[in-house]
Amino acid sequence: MDFANFLIQLLNSLQYGLLLFMLAAGLTLIFGIMGVVNLAHGSFYMLGAYLAWFLVSQLDSLLLAIVLGILMAVVFGWLLEWLLFRHFYHRDHLDQVLLTFGLIYIFEELRSILWGDDVHSVQVPEMLNWSIPLTDNLSYPVYRLVMSGVCILLALGLYLLISKTRLGMKIRAGAFNREMTESLGINIRLIHGVVFALGVALAAIAGMIASPISSVYPGMGSSVLIMCFVVVVIGGIGSVRGALVAALLVGLVDTFGKVLVPQIAGMAVYMLMAAVLLYKPEGLFKQ
Amino acid sequence: MTTRRIVLTRSAAVMGAASTGLLLPHLARAQSDKVRVGFMLPYTGTFAQLGVAIENGFRMALNEQGGKLGGREIEFFKVDDESNPAKGIENATRLVQRDKVDVLIGTVHSGVQMGIHKVARDTGVLNLIPNAGVHIATRAQCAPNVFRTSFTNSQPTLALGKAMVANGHKKAVWITWNYAAGDEAFEGFEQSYTAAGGTIVKKLGLPFPNVEFQALLTEIASLKPDAVACFFAGGGAAKFMSDFAAAGLNKSIQLYGSGFLTEGVLEAAGPAANGVLTTMHYGDSLNTPRDKQFRLEYAKAFRLQPDVYAVQGYDTGLLLIKGANAVKGDLNNKKALYAAMEGATIDSPRGKWTMSKAHNPIQDIYMRKVENKENKVIGVAQKAVADSGAGCRMG
Repeated sequence: MDFANFLIQLLNSLQYGLLLFMLAAGLTLIFGIMGVVNLAHGSFYMLGAYLAWFLVSQLDSLLLAIVLGILMAVVFGWLLEWLLFRHFYHRDHLDQVLLTFGLIYIFEELRSILWGDDVHSVQVPEMLNWSIPLTDNLSYPVYRLVMSGVCILLALGLYLLISKTRLGMKIRAGAFNREMTESLGINIRLIHGVVFALGVALAAIAGMIASPISSVYPGMGSSVLIMCFVVVVIGGIGSVRGALVAALLVGLVDTFGKVLVPQIAGMAVYMLMAAVLLYKPEGLFKQ
Repeated sequence: MTTRRIVLTRSAAVMGAASTGLLLPHLARAQSDKVRVGFMLPYTGTFAQLGVAIENGFRMALNEQGGKLGGREIEFFKVDDESNPAKGIENATRLVQRDKVDVLIGTVHSGVQMGIHKVARDTGVLNLIPNAGVHIATRAQCAPNVFRTSFTNSQPTLALGKAMVANGHKKAVWITWNYAAGDEAFEGFEQSYTAAGGTIVKKLGLPFPNVEFQALLTEIASLKPDAVACFFAGGGAAKFMSDFAAAGLNKSIQLYGSGFLTEGVLEAAGPAANGVLTTMHYGDSLNTPRDKQFRLEYAKAFRLQPDVYAVQGYDTGLLLIKGANAVKGDLNNKKALYAAMEGATIDSPRGKWTMSKAHNPIQDIYMRKVENKENKVIGVAQKAVADSGAGCRMG
């Protein structure tokens, strides 16, 4: 591997890591603040991707589809929290796992009824549908670069929201001590609704912006879910900063693992997880 | 009470005797009973369309015979195997034990096939495989009562190597998912490509069904091979072709694949698939009178364009008809039935093919090129390709 290729592989791992972060951020937020293990998180990614495909076919614009899709995801997340999840915050983790495992099946079936079982693709917007030549025979799709840019902006936004705003302060307070926060007159139920909707929206956004480069197919949620959990576990459950570091680390290990030792490509990430857990049983950034 | 019970048991005994043929002459039974045909196919999930296409093709073949097998009426039984390997044995047993089928048609998924295979070997029920390409069913664990009408996973790629070298592509990278079907496809490619004088520069893989190809595409670019050969199917196949094109690799490196790369995903892959070369035992534009007639009839009957799976289902029907006609519908005459099926030449829409000793088709493999969302046949990659059937000993 020469230096140019090494840099391109670094870019690949960064791009994969950022997408993973978008997914894992919602999962770790929901766990960290409400204490809910949400196995259905991958389904939100799938629903986002299908929504993007469906809306693009109706509206003919990915940007419009994403804006509308985010609104729908927020409403959907809000409703789910209100109808189901808020009744499970104080229940055992096993109950939560059962609920969310069941939801995976329900969402898959809903998807099958609404949109069928076909594999679809979403066209990359005309404006971004070109590639930058990097070496004599390899080009880099501009859309992938834009996607990484969007992920960085969202990560930055998330950081500012949680650490610099009043709402973020309330969210952190609620996670730290629920009773005390409530007794100060803060509507914790509202906060929970907001956080849950935000988590769902993040996963759906990841699905929507990834849809043009990942084909849209049944069961795509469950394949990312496992990687999502790996990221959350490595980063430390509940820590958004940990999720970012872990996602980038997983991207790096996965990318270079695939290229340098293809024989163990599937295992490299899990070996990383095992190694981290051995030395830091609670993940890199314990909350 | 007692009298009624006696009546009941006696009539049950009479019925039982009748059904095993004790009371009636053999010939009379053969004409009065229906042949029991069981479908064990995926009717839900990712492979649902494949299951439907296979059943359609099979029924079409029988309907051309007036809906009869060797002169006998047919009764159908159906089980949705959900492409779930965990339920393979259970579902196959249900058809054999409860429904008492004479012949079991199934299935698509190789993992589920292994369940059916166990039941077929244990009970001796006639099993026709209309798709699943898992090697072992017609190799080390071949059986007199198991016939395949589709392919083995290495059969399409077995025709790939020579054609690639003939096109001047002597250095290739192989890429697939690291799972059984991918490994079996590689076997065919490795064997044919190295025999033809080609060099495999590197073998790349990723876990099934991972679709994050970008890192591997970068690696391919740095290796600068003449061609890339691959085995992917379904959603992952569409994604691989799109990413390959988006990385600009399609400009300098020819992409080849086992035919499943471009089956049922051309709509999703769009223009990225144009120019991809694949090998398969069927294509969209064979332009033979036999195929044209089949496509016309199929489209008329089901208001759908047939695909390779419909052809495989149709051929499964043709094979069973050959066997049943030879024994005049008496499927219990197994020796003669199997002999007829082994010796059959199937006049298929894909072209004529025969059965190998291990019960797998010896067939022509076509080279196809993707043009305007169609797998256009551009020639025969290799005639009469047979799977090795290594380790098969019919007991």
